[in-house]
Amino acid sequence: MMPLAAPINLLAALFLLVVFAMLWQRRLANLITIYAWQGTILTLSIALAAYATHSAHLYASACLNGLLKIVLVPALLRRLARRLDVQWDRESLVQVSTVMLIGLGLVIFAFNAALPIAAAGHGINRAIIGIALASILLSLLMMILRATALSQVIGFLAMENSLIFAATSVTYGMPMVIEFGIALDVIVGVFILGVFFFHIREQFDSLDIDRIERREESR
Amino acid sequence: MHVPIGLPWGLILGALILWSLLAFASLFIPKAPRIAPLIFPLGALGALCVAAAGLLALQGPPVTMVSPLGLPGLPFHGRMDALSGVFLVLFGLTTVAISLDLTGYRAREHYPVVARIGVQYHILLASLTLVFVAADAYSFLIAWEAMALSSYLLVVTDHHTRGARRAGFLYLLIEHIGALAILAAFTILIAQAGTGTRLVYTFAALHASHPDATVAGIAFLLAFLGFGAKAGLVPLHVWLPQAHPVAPSPISALLSSVLLKVGIYGLLRVTFMLLPTPAPWWGLTVLTVGLLTALLGALSSAVQSDMKRLLAYSSVENVGLITAAIGLALLFSAYGLKALAALALIAALYHCLNHAFFKGLLFLGTGSVLHATGERNLGRLGGLIHRMPRTAFMMLIGTLAVAGVPPLNGFASEWLILQSFLKATALPRPYLAMGIPLGAALLALVAGLAGYVMVKFYGIVFLGRPREARLAQAVESGPFERAGLGLLTLLCLAAGLWPAGAIALIRPAASLLTRADAPITISEAGARVDVAHAAYAPAILWVALGVVALATVLVLRARFSQAPRRAAVWNCGHPVIGARMQDTAEGFGQPIRRIFAAFLAVRSHHPAPDDRVPRYGSVVEDRFWEDLYRPAARGFEAIWAWTAALRPRRIAISLFCVLATLIVLLALAP
Repeated sequence: MMPLAAPINLLAALFLLVVFAMLWQRRLANLITIYAWQGTILTLSIALAAYATHSAHLYASACLNGLLKIVLVPALLRRLARRLDVQWDRESLVQVSTVMLIGLGLVIFAFNAALPIAAAGHGINRAIIGIALASILLSLLMMILRATALSQVIGFLAMENSLIFAATSVTYGMPMVIEFGIALDVIVGVFILGVFFFHIREQFDSLDIDRIERREESR
Repeated sequence: MHVPIGLPWGLILGALILWSLLAFASLFIPKAPRIAPLIFPLGALGALCVAAAGLLALQGPPVTMVSPLGLPGLPFHGRMDALSGVFLVLFGLTTVAISLDLTGYRAREHYPVVARIGVQYHILLASLTLVFVAADAYSFLIAWEAMALSSYLLVVTDHHTRGARRAGFLYLLIEHIGALAILAAFTILIAQAGTGTRLVYTFAALHASHPDATVAGIAFLLAFLGFGAKAGLVPLHVWLPQAHPVAPSPISALLSSVLLKVGIYGLLRVTFMLLPTPAPWWGLTVLTVGLLTALLGALSSAVQSDMKRLLAYSSVENVGLITAAIGLALLFSAYGLKALAALALIAALYHCLNHAFFKGLLFLGTGSVLHATGERNLGRLGGLIHRMPRTAFMMLIGTLAVAGVPPLNGFASEWLILQSFLKATALPRPYLAMGIPLGAALLALVAGLAGYVMVKFYGIVFLGRPREARLAQAVESGPFERAGLGLLTLLCLAAGLWPAGAIALIRPAASLLTRADAPITISEAGARVDVAHAAYAPAILWVALGVVALATVLVLRARFSQAPRRAAVWNCGHPVIGARMQDTAEGFGQPIRRIFAAFLAVRSHHPAPDDRVPRYGSVVEDRFWEDLYRPAARGFEAIWAWTAALRPRRIAISLFCVLATLIVLLALAP
C-alpha cells in the first residue's frame, strides 16, 4: 500500500466528479472554471505524491502544473472566450441524463479494464488507475458530444490532465524532461488554437462545428 | 567537467558569440542603417577565427569539452580533432571570402532584405561551426537542424517569386528526408549501445559500443542516405539545380562550397569514426553512387544554359568524385590496406578543399556578372571580358581550376583521386582489383567533360561579342566583391602550386580516420605511392612550362621579326557579322546532348523546312524527375486520395472512432 493512500483516493474521487461536471456543464465560462478546479485537484495530488516520496522533481512538477493549469491556461481561455464573445452561449447538448448514463457505463468499463493493469504492478491502487482511465474516456466523450470548437479544446486539455493524473498517482511522475515537454506543448497549443479560432470564425462566421462541417460538405 | 581553456575553443567560442551578436544586431539594420556596413566584415573576422581554430586542431591532439548547455542530464559534448580541423579550415577560409562579397552585396539591396540575410546568415555560420565540433548525436542533430532551417530561409530570400518558394520547398523536403534518415541511424546505434537506463549518446561511447555487422550495416545505409541527401548524391541531387539559381549568389557559393561538404563531413564522421571496420559492400555502394553522381552531374552541366544551374550540376559532379574516393577508402580499409585508404582519403579531403575554393570563386563571380547584367541565361551574355576585365581574369583562374588544368588545384586533387583508383589493383579480390581501375576511365571521362563545360561557361559569358545591346552598360564589380574573388583565387593558386603543403595539412585527418599513421610514402601490397608527389611536382612542371614558353617566344621572334600590322578581320565573305552568329550555349552543348541522349530527358522543338519564322528550342530536364520523382509523387497522391475518401466528414465521428478503438483495445487486453 502506498503512503497517504486515503487523501490520494479522496482526490481521485473528486477528480472523477469534476470530469462529470465538465460533461454536464453547458456554459463555456463555467466550463473554464471547472477546468481550473480540475487543475487544482491535479496540482494537489502531485504535491501530495511529492510529500509522500520527498522528491524534489515532483515538487517542481506541482509548481509547474499549478502555474500552468490553475492560472495561465484558464486565463488564456477566458480571454479568448471574451474576445470571441462566446462565454455565455448555451450549447445544445444531447439530453443530460443520457450523457450521464453513457458516462457511468464508461466508468464501469474503465474499472474493469484497470483490473489486469493493477494486477501487473504491485502496490498500485486499482481504483486510481480505474479513475484515471475513466477520466480519459470521459474527456474523449466530451469532445465527441460538444458542438463548439472551444469546448472541444477544453475536452482535449482535460484529457491531458487525466493523463498526467494517471502518471503521477500511479508511478509517481514521469521524467522531468517529458513533463516540461508536455507543459510546453499545452501552452503552445492553446496559443495556436486561439489564433486559429479567429481565423475559423472569420471564414465561417461561427465556431459551431456543425455549421463548419455543413459548409465544408456543400462546397 | 572540462572548462574550455584551450586556444582553439576560445577562438570557436569567440566566433560563435560574435556571430550571435551580429545576427541580433542585424535585426536593427532597418532602424539604424549606420551599422549595416559593419555587419558582414565583422562576420568575416569570426570566420578567420574559425579557420585559425581549425588550423590549430589540425596540428595538435584532439581537444574535447563538455558544455554546461543542454537539457538536465544531457549536456552537449564538443570535440575538435583533425577531421573537424580540415572542415573548419575549409569553412572558415571560404566564409571570409563570402562575407566580403556580402559586404558589397549589401550595399545594393534594401535594408529589410539585408537585415534578413544578416540574421539568417550568421545563425547559419554559427550552426555550421557547431556541426563540425559536435561530439554527441544530440547536439549534432540540433546543430544540423538549425543549419537546415537557416539555410532554407536564405534560399528563399527572394520569396516573392514562385520559383524561389518552390525550390526552397524542394530543398526543405529533401533536407528533412535526410535529417530523418540521420536521426534513424543515430537512434539505431544508441538503442543497441544502451545498457539499462543509461543513455549512451556521445560519439566516443557509440564507437566503443561495437555494434554487430547487421546493425552497423543498417546504420551505415541510413547515414549514407541522410548525408547523401545533404551532399547532393544521385538520386537526391535534384534540389541543387533548383535551389542554387534562386538563392542570392553569395548564398549559392556558401551552399555549394560549404553545405555540400557538411554531408561529406557527416559521412566520414559516421562511417569511419562511429561504425566498426567497414564491410566491403559499404565501399562498393559508396563508390558506385559516387561515380554515377559524377557522370550524371558532368553530363547534365554540359547541357545547361543557365549559369548557376550549370555550376550547380558541376558541384554535383565534384561531390560525386569526392564520394567515389571515399568509397574507395572504405574498400581499402575493409581489406586492411590502411595506407592506401589514407591515400584515398587525402585525395577526397583535398578535393573537398579545392572544390570549396574554386566553386566559391565561380559562384561569387557569377554573382558579379548577374549584378552587372541582370542575366543568368548564357544565351544573353557574352563579351564581358572587355567590361569586367578583373573579374574575368579571376574567373579564368577559377574555370581552369574546375577544368583540372595542371598548375591549378583542381588538377592536383583529381590526379590524386585517379592515382588511388589505379592503386586498387592491390585489393585481394580479382573482380575488384580489375574492375575498379576501369572506374578510372569513367573518372577521365568526367574530367574531360568538366573541361568541356568550363570552356562553354567561360567562352560564352566572357569571350566573343555581347549578345545583347544592354550588356554594353555592364560595369566591373565593386572592391569588396573583388577582394572576395581575389582571396579565393589566391587560395586556388596556393593549393595548386603547393600540393605538398596542402597534403601535409590534411594528413593528420586521414591518419585519424584510418587509425594508422598516413606515411608520406605509401608502400603496401606491392603498390608504391609517394603521397607528397602523387599530385605531381609543380616546381619541375613550372620550370618545364617556363622553358617551353620561353622557347616558343624566342622561336616566334626569330622567325617573324617584322612589326605587327593591324587590319580588319576577315569576315568569311559575309557582309555583316552579328553577335547572333556566335555559337550559343545550346549549340555548344549539342554534341553531348546527342551522344548521351540516353542519360538526359531532352524535349526539342525543330522547325519545319518551310517555316517562315523558324524557331529552334530544346528543354533539358533531369531524368530523375520523369523516372523517379513524378511516379513517386503520383503514388503518394493516390494513397492520399484513398485515405481522404476513407476519412469521415464529421469531426464527432472521427473522435467517436478514436473512442471506439480505445474501448475495443482495452476490452481485448488480457
